[in-house]
Amino acid sequence: MNQVSPGAAGEPLEPVERGPQPTKKGLNLGDYAERFALVGAWLVVIVVFSILAPNTFFNVRNFTTMFGTQTTLVMLALALLIPLTAGDYDLSVAATLTMSGMVVAVLNANHGVPIGVAIVVALALGALIGFINGFFVMVFDIDPFIVTLGTGTVILGLTLWISGSQTISGVSNWLSSWVVERRLFGISLEFYYGLLLCVLLWYIFDFTAVGRRILFVGRGTNVARLSGIRVGRVRWGCFIAAGIIAAAAGVLYTGTAGASDPTSGSTFLLPAFAAAFLGSTTITPGRFNPWGTFIAVYFLATGITGLAILGVQTWVQNVFYGGALVIAVSASQVVKKRHERAARL
Amino acid sequence: MDQTLVVRNLSMTFGGQRALDDVSISIRRGEVHGLVGQNGCGKSTLIKILAGYHHPDPGGELEIDGRPVKLPVRTGSASELGLSFVHQDLGLLPSLTVVENFRAWTISTTSEWFIRWGQERKRTAEAFARFGVGIDPRARITDLPAVQRALVAIVRALDDLGEYTKNDDTRGGLLILDEPTVFLPRSDRDRLFDVVRKSVALGASVLFVSHDLDEALAVTDRVTVLRDGRVEGTVTSAETEKDQLVELIIGRRLEAFEASHRTHTAGESSHVSVADVCGGTIKNVSFALDEGEVLGLTGLVGSGFEELPYQMFGATPAVSGRMTIAGVDHDLAAMSPSAAINAGMALIPADRQGSAGVGSLLVRDNVMLQVIGQYRPYRLDRGRYLKDARGALHQYDVRPPEPMMDFQALSGGNQQKVVLAKWLQAGPKVLLVHEPTQGVDVGARLQVFETITRAAAEGMSVVCASSDYEQLAAICDRVLVFHDGQIMSTLVGDEITKDRITEQCYMSARTVKPDEDTRMRA
Repeated sequence: MNQVSPGAAGEPLEPVERGPQPTKKGLNLGDYAERFALVGAWLVVIVVFSILAPNTFFNVRNFTTMFGTQTTLVMLALALLIPLTAGDYDLSVAATLTMSGMVVAVLNANHGVPIGVAIVVALALGALIGFINGFFVMVFDIDPFIVTLGTGTVILGLTLWISGSQTISGVSNWLSSWVVERRLFGISLEFYYGLLLCVLLWYIFDFTAVGRRILFVGRGTNVARLSGIRVGRVRWGCFIAAGIIAAAAGVLYTGTAGASDPTSGSTFLLPAFAAAFLGSTTITPGRFNPWGTFIAVYFLATGITGLAILGVQTWVQNVFYGGALVIAVSASQVVKKRHERAARL
Repeated sequence: MDQTLVVRNLSMTFGGQRALDDVSISIRRGEVHGLVGQNGCGKSTLIKILAGYHHPDPGGELEIDGRPVKLPVRTGSASELGLSFVHQDLGLLPSLTVVENFRAWTISTTSEWFIRWGQERKRTAEAFARFGVGIDPRARITDLPAVQRALVAIVRALDDLGEYTKNDDTRGGLLILDEPTVFLPRSDRDRLFDVVRKSVALGASVLFVSHDLDEALAVTDRVTVLRDGRVEGTVTSAETEKDQLVELIIGRRLEAFEASHRTHTAGESSHVSVADVCGGTIKNVSFALDEGEVLGLTGLVGSGFEELPYQMFGATPAVSGRMTIAGVDHDLAAMSPSAAINAGMALIPADRQGSAGVGSLLVRDNVMLQVIGQYRPYRLDRGRYLKDARGALHQYDVRPPEPMMDFQALSGGNQQKVVLAKWLQAGPKVLLVHEPTQGVDVGARLQVFETITRAAAEGMSVVCASSDYEQLAAICDRVLVFHDGQIMSTLVGDEITKDRITEQCYMSARTVKPDEDTRMRA
């Protein structure tokens, strides 16, 4: 069972860190190419679609839409990133997103609770879900893959219950106003929320002792434990953080639509994984990293938007995201093998 | 046809180093043959050649039951050749039942579509009955006491031999027991020896590898002693005293020598004192050490000495025990690594890649892990953090002194220097090390010694658990020799030499059993 956890033994999912490698002339070309391959691929995709659909794809409106509508996925992928870095899977993030969005809708639209209070309740709920996940993982020492698979399903069931399996609309305009309607440089505000979170996580992972400790917990649990890091607490904290961020993604999701439906949130799970793994092949190849994830989300969104504009049916989304996940994991494995070989030389 | 195994002129060279040098051994049919010697004497190399794991130098010959066997032995062909191994770890899957373990090999290679469990259980029970062992084939391995697990592994190996000897009187087969008893209490070992004797009565031969000389003399017919890759002699067990065997093992005459047997108890003046530790193999151990003292812990495999540093650090909590550091009392049953670090301790474990440093992370982050909290967050990526990391690498002579490379890219010796730098930077009061120079090249080994002695000179108390007697002799002020989880003797000052430590490790059993004691002196 442990085999599915990226920290415990998930070899293919445990990439090798690639810091800037020392050479006589700074970064060598190969490393540089590796770090920015995804950015390059993204540009190629943009160019290709711009040639194929010069009017519909290559215009400002399309780009502002593309940037303005992916924040839910960005935040969910970033939520996922935290436990992944600590070596744990959290499959309940998408369900947390759905429930949090629904709680905001039900409280605000059906019970007249002020929107601010509803949001705080939703975020607290996210924290509680993370706490419960951590509780089962730590106290009973169960594989988080199984725990979060279970809790995620429970949460989806509870969401259906509180919503009566209905879409709840009539959420305060204040929320949609601050999520999608207000714009900065032509892009909806929510884009900047995702960007802000990305900067925050980048800061935590790259510039704080806490971030380093999380990384050590994920890469070498025993080393971390013997270095005095309270591994259980760190992992538990990561689940709680993931819960809160997933809940925030849910609030934005409801804000985007002005309503909440009890099922569509779960479709975000796979794209979030695809983005996290694809992101681990870029910027800091071999490590789950916020900027890589951020770029991966928009890379995937660009591809899908382009295909949709060319008239390809919606089934392509599944093919695209699923394929991206498998390719991303394979690529990170190739990177890992390459680095291990390099280390042996 | 009276020789089951004949080895002639077998040599094995590892990178210019002779691990086996012209070794010849013969084992008679129906004989229990002991194989003893110090760590690194070539015992395991010989066993691994028989298992097909090592390829020996050309020129050696091997014969089993009178049939020449081509060297190197083809891996996986052992049971066809009439060799059956039981290793120290027994090779059982603990979560499965006895019958599943017992028949694992047969079941996995059979082409039948349906496993008849009833029949398999019956076969297993029959095999146990043949050797007079009563174990329920349906029991899970985890639920069995240690001695029964060992019995399952041994009977399974004998059963394998049964296939080989079936319908052929010229075949005897050889059971190779590679220290399967080290983790068993003495009282339980007799049951294993019963099984060994029964198997011999049925025509097999046994090669019995052991560190425990009393045991080897008691159970074998003859014993071969290896030293530095050469056969030092083969003796008849019934006519040999333990002293003579020890002399063969360490290669010189025993001097009249009494170990000091000082028992250190927690004294008020001592810097660190450990009292009544129990847990794992350790039984009621107490000792004390002063500021600036390097204390060695050693013993043979299975004596439990290597468990103490981990218990003191809370890495594997003890069942009970107390520890006082600079006047502050700690309960060892409730110890944790973070509490130990707060108490001023540092542990350098033997498992470098798995427990001391993360191979896939940067040297910088590995070396700075204990002090990272002292840096201002937004400066973590560069500036003083990186400069200090580089400084630490220079100070401990890590080569190359480059913080921005992966830990796993360093050689073993340099990894160990990084680990030392990581912990010593934090300024611990007590340094615990376990096999600090394992997998470390000769040059780095000396640097590790220097680092440890320098730390002690600055007032740190050092505990070094090691089975490398030369190393203990080089750095320790005092050495405690363990046997069966207890301190059997203490060496101080001039007594600490490689030979004395070796001798004490092998002889320490004499103080346990008075009856043997008298026999030894006779």
